[in-house]
Amino acid sequence: MMKTLRLAALLALAALGSARADSLLITGAGATFPFPLYSKWFSDYNKLKPELRFNYQSIGSGGGIQQITARTVDFGASDAPLTDEELAKAPGLQHVPTVLGAVVVTYQAPVADLRLTPETLAALFLGEITRWNDPRLAKDNPGAKLPDVPVTIVHRSDGSGTTAIFTDYLAKVSPAWKSKVGAGKSVKWPAGLGAKGNEGVTGLVKQTPGALGYVELAYATQNKLAMASLKNHDGHFVRPSLAATSAAAAGVDVPPDYRVSITDARGADAYPIASFTYLLVYRDQQDKAKGEALVHFLWWAVHDGQHTAPGLDYAPLPKPVVAQLEKTLASITVQGKPVSLATSR
Amino acid sequence: MAPPRPPRAAAGGHAGDRLFAAVLTALGGAVLLVVGVVVLELYRVAQPALAKGGLRFLLDRDWDPVLGSFGALPFVYGTLVTSGVALLVAVPVSVGLALFLSEMGPPRLRPIVSFLIETLAAIPSVVYGLWGLFVVVPLLRDHVEPALGRALGFLPLFRGAPIGLGYLAAGLLLAIMILPTISSVTSEVLKTVPSSLREGALALGATRWEAIRLAVLPYARPGILGAVLLGLGRALGETMAVTMVIGNAPEISASLFAPGYSLPAVIANEFAEASGALHLGALAGLALVLFGLALVMNSAARLLVRLVARGGRAAA
Repeated sequence: MMKTLRLAALLALAALGSARADSLLITGAGATFPFPLYSKWFSDYNKLKPELRFNYQSIGSGGGIQQITARTVDFGASDAPLTDEELAKAPGLQHVPTVLGAVVVTYQAPVADLRLTPETLAALFLGEITRWNDPRLAKDNPGAKLPDVPVTIVHRSDGSGTTAIFTDYLAKVSPAWKSKVGAGKSVKWPAGLGAKGNEGVTGLVKQTPGALGYVELAYATQNKLAMASLKNHDGHFVRPSLAATSAAAAGVDVPPDYRVSITDARGADAYPIASFTYLLVYRDQQDKAKGEALVHFLWWAVHDGQHTAPGLDYAPLPKPVVAQLEKTLASITVQGKPVSLATSR
Repeated sequence: MAPPRPPRAAAGGHAGDRLFAAVLTALGGAVLLVVGVVVLELYRVAQPALAKGGLRFLLDRDWDPVLGSFGALPFVYGTLVTSGVALLVAVPVSVGLALFLSEMGPPRLRPIVSFLIETLAAIPSVVYGLWGLFVVVPLLRDHVEPALGRALGFLPLFRGAPIGLGYLAAGLLLAIMILPTISSVTSEVLKTVPSSLREGALALGATRWEAIRLAVLPYARPGILGAVLLGLGRALGETMAVTMVIGNAPEISASLFAPGYSLPAVIANEFAEASGALHLGALAGLALVLFGLALVMNSAARLLVRLVARGGRAAA
């Protein structure tokens, strides 16, 4: 009995040893939103470099920030940039935007193309507009037949990056929202019902007549939900789309650390509720093999990886941001030395 | 393996017994240790929120993660109200079912009904939640709540817009979920009632109903209470199904039609993305409150079940 056990243990050790010898495992954790894209990237990249394997746990942005701060993973992922307080605990952490997401307003009412101004949207979520035939909604939608039914607001009940982006936008465009509610992953909603996840919000909106809620653009597109057009900073009504989301990032001066809110961006075609999603890596990598592999992968992700993004309903980075990222990635060091990206180029 | 000779077995048995006792004691101690570690860890994580709020944490009704103001009252209220509704609905039905199973039902039907009830207990709570969201909630919104509002709208309990989601939906769903627990424990308790009691009552000229009301139910009352408390324990801790139908609004409202929130639901919803030590601490504080509630309920249930078991033995 003992002999069998010992043999099994030895065999297991041997298997582990050989696995370590010819492959490199890079671990990461964080945001759930980009998970479908990241897993596609990891499998595509694994075909290019079979010796490299990725293990990504989509435990939420908060968890990703905690894990990379504690250095228990090789990279983190977050839908929102770190706050100054969070960044102070993880000195040397670099934000690398990978793609963009957007938040759309979805609804259940007999109106074909709902148009909303920022003021109306804020009034709806503040609970000030309680019926669909409110004059403010009628003013945004000239000619539309608005029914006399109550508006049921649906929001996320779980803390989420989607809520953070949406409330960040409302706080920018509405002083009342900023003072009464503010922005965050979980907020004190002045009105409405909470549902868990994009699918919870969708389920509730779909089966409640007169409901209005917000979900991720990718989720709304895949499930063919009714989406409202929003009036952007330049005064144009914009339908949510990948191109309009990328346009939002192009209309913003992106700072060197990429920690920027791109909601309510300038630009005629910019969709106003958009955001980067980030991978988080340390600017100086301690492990030579892993660090070099990670930087090469990031280079690939912001170039070749972008072509995969639209197929999975993620908005690709605009060209100026990619150009800026090339400089950033070239400045990442491994054990104090810069990585040669010649092979990647 | 051939059975060993008796004398050796006796000697080995003694040593084995001692070892067995030691192992079991260690296991029992481990449970206490785990519970202790959980409480200590929760207390440690909850420190920022408890230190800031103190007792106000329990009594404050404002929950605003952006401003960092945290009060547990809406969640405690939601948990207690939904569990209360669940008990009000589930207890009469469960006791009736248990009576059917142990006293009245046709013997050929009893095992089938009992099997179906036990199947209810095996359905995962997320399935209950989905069923609640897609079946119970529209039913409440379109039919039950408007009718209740018309008939009993003079009570604050049944006022307000019929939106379907809220305390009533969560309470009804919980009632169905705790029904198997209460009815199966109750029917076991009813089986411990000595048949001499029933026969005596019937011999004195009582009807079936009188025998049950005057002889069986009073005898089984503590055991039924224990069953009810076990059901309550489940209702207090239920998370998924409740969060899907309660509306998730941290408010206190007199109306059963209004959306509310419960302790387990808010912990599950906000924990993964809680930002900052204070928010995390407040959630850990809620967990402590829930732990306390569940502990009190479970201890009471244990105590009562033990009492009725002793009573049953003494009478037998």
